[in-house]
Amino acid sequence: MIEKREKAKSRTSTHKENKYSLFSLAKNAVSKHKNWSQAWRSPELKPEYDIVVIGAGGHGLATAYYLAKEHGSKNIAVIDKGWLGGGNTGRNTTIIRSNYMWDESAGIYEHSLKLWETLSHELNFNTMFSQRGVLTLAHTEHELKEMTRRVEAIRLNGIDSEVLSPRAIKQIVPIIDINPQLRYPVMGGFIQRRGGTARHDAVAWGYARAADQLGVDIIQNCEVTGFNIKKGAITGVKTVKGEIKANKVGCVVAGHAGVVAEMAGFRLPIDSRPLQALVSEPIKPILDTVIMSNSVHMYVSQSDKGELVLGAGADSYNSYSQRGSLNIIEGMLAAAVELFPVFSRLRMLRSWGGIVDTCPDASPIISKTPVKNLYFNCGWGTGGFKATPGSGHVFADLIAKDEPNSIAAPFSLDRFVGGYLIDEHGAAGVAH
Amino acid sequence: MLHIECPWCGFRDDAEFHYGGEAHITRPDPSTTLTDEKFSEYLFSKTNTKGLLLERWCHRSGCRRWFNVLRNTITNEILEVYPVTEKPSSKQGKETYERNWRRKSPPKKTPKTDEVK
Ligand SMILES: Cc1cc2nc3c(=O)[nH]c(=O)nc-3n(C[C@H](O)[C@H](O)[C@H](O)COP(=O)(O)OP(=O)(O)OC[C@H]3O[C@@H](n4cnc5c(N)ncnc54)[C@H](O)[C@@H]3O)c2cc1C
Ligand SMILES: [Zn+2]
Repeated sequence: MIEKREKAKSRTSTHKENKYSLFSLAKNAVSKHKNWSQAWRSPELKPEYDIVVIGAGGHGLATAYYLAKEHGSKNIAVIDKGWLGGGNTGRNTTIIRSNYMWDESAGIYEHSLKLWETLSHELNFNTMFSQRGVLTLAHTEHELKEMTRRVEAIRLNGIDSEVLSPRAIKQIVPIIDINPQLRYPVMGGFIQRRGGTARHDAVAWGYARAADQLGVDIIQNCEVTGFNIKKGAITGVKTVKGEIKANKVGCVVAGHAGVVAEMAGFRLPIDSRPLQALVSEPIKPILDTVIMSNSVHMYVSQSDKGELVLGAGADSYNSYSQRGSLNIIEGMLAAAVELFPVFSRLRMLRSWGGIVDTCPDASPIISKTPVKNLYFNCGWGTGGFKATPGSGHVFADLIAKDEPNSIAAPFSLDRFVGGYLIDEHGAAGVAH
Repeated sequence: MLHIECPWCGFRDDAEFHYGGEAHITRPDPSTTLTDEKFSEYLFSKTNTKGLLLERWCHRSGCRRWFNVLRNTITNEILEVYPVTEKPSSKQGKETYERNWRRKSPPKKTPKTDEVK
């Protein structure tokens, strides 16, 4: 047994490409799936790296992957205080879409969506990306008009988006009641058919495995506690496992962005708040698209296991406790039952929370900082899962070149001084 | 679920309250010397502490009055409730107040006692 484990270790430590394929599946089936090698190594922390990425969520792992793959960077570490993918990446409700109104947002979210479309192939890992469509409902005349305007703006950016009539919605979602007499009648809606969901863990695992194969060290259980800064430039990172030297540091710690920024001596325009979600017991297929409603205030999709995945807004107050208030869950369930009375007898299995990094304009920060060679990627708040590939891609570019590319540039920190905010509160009426 | 003690109405669930964010932020003097950086700091920079935070709450669905709270953002424990016009009086409250980075660079000529007006 021990011998076997040793063998597996040595096999993975050479990080030889071990491709997942029909052939490897058949081969491992013969040995009853007992000999799969580890998907990534668990290396020791080295005393020095060229680039350190803090935060092994989807965004951090994607950053490391693209740094290694597209910029040829060697000697990269991704370090996390917990386990990889244990932050918001593993806690989110996985809605993916790019139907944002402003050009800047269209740039980053559509860049991401395009990467999603080939991601499983690229990573040789099934991210279970499912373009089942994301349908947002309108319940008032005003909402419908506003939505129609947004759809036009989105289409001008070349992104698919369509206004739907109540009858068209009924065809896609047979369980919805389109009776105009309802308290919240369905007056229409809009859909992005290329939107959908993906398996959150698989995204983290896929990037982790692919980055590891390119030689990236992923160090778990290694909290960052401070920085070494000389003459305004980063020289190293202090961690619970000791100090490491680094030429460049990219920080992607979501809800903890403010805490880590403080270690480097500056402040961010970010409030950290709990965002909750819950899942029901599994049931037979009943909903094959993602439904959102801003006025009734909830969103729901059905996972491949059959559970309904429900979410709504973040709590109103700052907290790091990873558990929000019960009234948010009550509101979310009341809204779900208002829209779909058929859900009323379902039992809920689990609820949980994550700490989201909310920004004043509901848009992310992908930026240089007051400290040279220290870069921050944060502020994705309630809706950054969808951006995982694109965010990592442009952040890697920023770290490698010390200059943001045209997609990342509008999201720099100086927009809060210059005033060029990218207000996407409209796009995130319910958190997602 | 937070259980907040309104100084006028007693303990209520947080659903009755409106969150006002960080307390004791002074609006900078709107003089010609006010830079964009300083104003941005006032508008957007957040303390966002993991730990003890001085913050403002309004009992929106009750008496509709504002008050200040000292809360631990890790445990959600509320340690002190005090009037908006005053500074915290508990030991931890005073320490938190003194530790706040905004205290280090108070806007020019603002006498300390006026900070919360
Ligand atoms: C309930 C919920 C539902 C959501 N639903 C959606 C949705 O449907 N669609 C969508 O697009 N987005 C959604 N989001 C938002 C989305 O989850 C996030 O924006 C995104 O996953 C952020 O990814 P990340 O890699 O930046 O952060 P994370 O996955 O949180 O990774 C950050 C990592 O940093 C680590 N870290 C923190 N501090 C330190 C330190 N000092 N040292 C070392 N490591 C540290 C953490 O341990 C963590 O692993 C949701 C979020 C929540 C909580
Ligand atoms: Zn009251």
